[in-house]
Amino acid sequence: MFTARRATLILPLLLAGLLYSVPASAQVDFTGVWNGNTNAEDGPERAAGPSLVEFMGLPINDQARQWGLAYRPGRLSLTEHQCQVHVVHYIHRGPFGARIWEERDPVTHQLIAIHEAINTYEQHRTIWMDGRPHPSPNAPHTWMGFSTGVWNGNMLTITTTHVKQGWFRRENIPSSDEATTIEHWVRNGNVWTHISVTEDPNYLVEPLIKSEDFNLNPNPNSFNPFWPCEYVEEGERARGEVPHYLPGQNIWMAEYAATHNLPQEATLGGPEQMYPEYRDRLKKLPVAVFVDPNAEPTAPVAPAGRGQGAAPAGGRGGAPGGRGAGAGGRQ
Amino acid sequence: MRRVIAAALAAVAVYVAGIAAQQPTGAAPPQIRTAKQMPFPQKPDWSKLEVDVLPVQGKVHLIAGAGGNIAVQIGDGGVLLVDTGYEQMSGKVIAAIRKLAPDRTLRTIINTTLADAHTGANAVLIKEGRLNQAGPGLGQRPNEADLIGHAGLLALMTKIGRQKIVVERWPPSTFSGKSKDLYSNDEPVVILHVPDAVTSGDSLVWFRGSDVVATGEIFNEASFPYIDAEHGGTINGIIEGLNMVLEITVPKHNQEGGTMVIPGYGRIGDEHDVLEYRDMVTIIRDRVQAAIDKKMTLAQVKAMKPSPTYEYEPRFNRDPNWTAEMFVETIYRNLSTRK
Repeated sequence: MFTARRATLILPLLLAGLLYSVPASAQVDFTGVWNGNTNAEDGPERAAGPSLVEFMGLPINDQARQWGLAYRPGRLSLTEHQCQVHVVHYIHRGPFGARIWEERDPVTHQLIAIHEAINTYEQHRTIWMDGRPHPSPNAPHTWMGFSTGVWNGNMLTITTTHVKQGWFRRENIPSSDEATTIEHWVRNGNVWTHISVTEDPNYLVEPLIKSEDFNLNPNPNSFNPFWPCEYVEEGERARGEVPHYLPGQNIWMAEYAATHNLPQEATLGGPEQMYPEYRDRLKKLPVAVFVDPNAEPTAPVAPAGRGQGAAPAGGRGGAPGGRGAGAGGRQ
Repeated sequence: MRRVIAAALAAVAVYVAGIAAQQPTGAAPPQIRTAKQMPFPQKPDWSKLEVDVLPVQGKVHLIAGAGGNIAVQIGDGGVLLVDTGYEQMSGKVIAAIRKLAPDRTLRTIINTTLADAHTGANAVLIKEGRLNQAGPGLGQRPNEADLIGHAGLLALMTKIGRQKIVVERWPPSTFSGKSKDLYSNDEPVVILHVPDAVTSGDSLVWFRGSDVVATGEIFNEASFPYIDAEHGGTINGIIEGLNMVLEITVPKHNQEGGTMVIPGYGRIGDEHDVLEYRDMVTIIRDRVQAAIDKKMTLAQVKAMKPSPTYEYEPRFNRDPNWTAEMFVETIYRNLSTRK
């Protein structure tokens, strides 16, 4: 009798505890170390990086295009720019490794947050899952922004606000500090598919939609979190000098287009380039012609590769960028 | 047996409730978007405006929404303010300060520039404070909060005259050199003069312990920087001021955090935010200078396609009282008359 009474009390409690400890069926565990897939569409952006005036496929407005045409790579050699981090809507296409883990309430085991440590520039982002509101419009912005997540079935949907000014394509096209990114995370076995939809009222005409796949690394200790960056003095500049091209004076504008036998317009981006109809227009446009500003006047004109010849002051060239302090290049 | 079944059902109910209490599934993502940085509203209904109070770092808070941003330093010694906002918002600012520091006395106010949005509530707020615990104030002044500004600011207010700016808004404590040092609430506070920037009487305030800089209007997250040329403002003074801020600020990790920056308007920033703003203002200045070097007239510069401010207009051309065209015109006149 005593045993039966105890059973009526203990059994349901054990059952409740057992059931409660099982994750909700709609939620997926992204815990682990993930590596970027450099053989996919995004491979070039993970490795060598885009060329100058390679704005193709980006649904940018004319102002963003002008920003990109005025951009001079020497700007990244300014000390304050050298350790500039890729913003959250770009960093998943940089050189990338991530470790993801969950933060749960120690008593209820409810999910409070998902943490993503990204080894590029030692970034750590927190995706809050506890329903907290986004900060005040007067709060600071960060490289990774402020993120909240909800489950949509097996998909994690994340909204990120409060991101700093960065870029949609590095050393090319800016993203403003008023952009908002919606991410969708999906896991299929050992593949994490990361889809992002970014809106920017200042520089995008239509949302920028990107996707990347990441592979689960079976060795949880393989994650290298370190990406030290310390700026160095790179040459002498006048105080407050900011390298840039005056409108219409970007000497590299046609280089990428001509090197790849493309019309100039095709490299300048815009929302129409995202649709198949643009292929018809592409066929009717003339291929760009590039005149190497470093070529001898009598020498035959040839497409210039990155770093060939003596670059103009503040222009291209310089040592390839390693980790950390930018030596002209960028990862 | 029925008890067991009932209890088991109860357990399942607990489980279901637990799941329900977890994150919602199947819900559409909330329509949350990053807020746009907006200038102070035109002809506002003052009664409906509210201030937004945020901790910045260390002993410094931000009161936003009362006009220009107000920095508030709080400690055992009392309260120090940088700027006071519009007079019409003074009641809400006082309430916010009392909430932040209910048992502290307002001791010191520092003005960064001339505009009503920064100095409008000076007269009201100094009366809310006391310079010392008892006895008279400085000289023959009543015992009220000290009001500090650069000598150039007092000169401007004097020149404008008491008909337009009541004497109680004028800073009785001035400095005429490059800087003035205070020690307030156990930290050094350095007031740095920014020559010929928004006006000829501008300052920025550097809280060295809290590691916060209040820039005044040289840095404005909601607009191109205002240049009050009539009162001595120049584009090169603005740029020099921004470069001064870049020299002071030290990022904590990979160009983020560290020294925090309170702009004249808009959200809290750090060095990188100032950097992008400095780059923008410098590039625009360089474009106008290049046009002047080519002997272009103002009309020709204003007709340039793209305009000198083109790619920055979506983000910063938001103040109908200070448009991109006004900014460019002021830069042109400024650089054209430079000796």
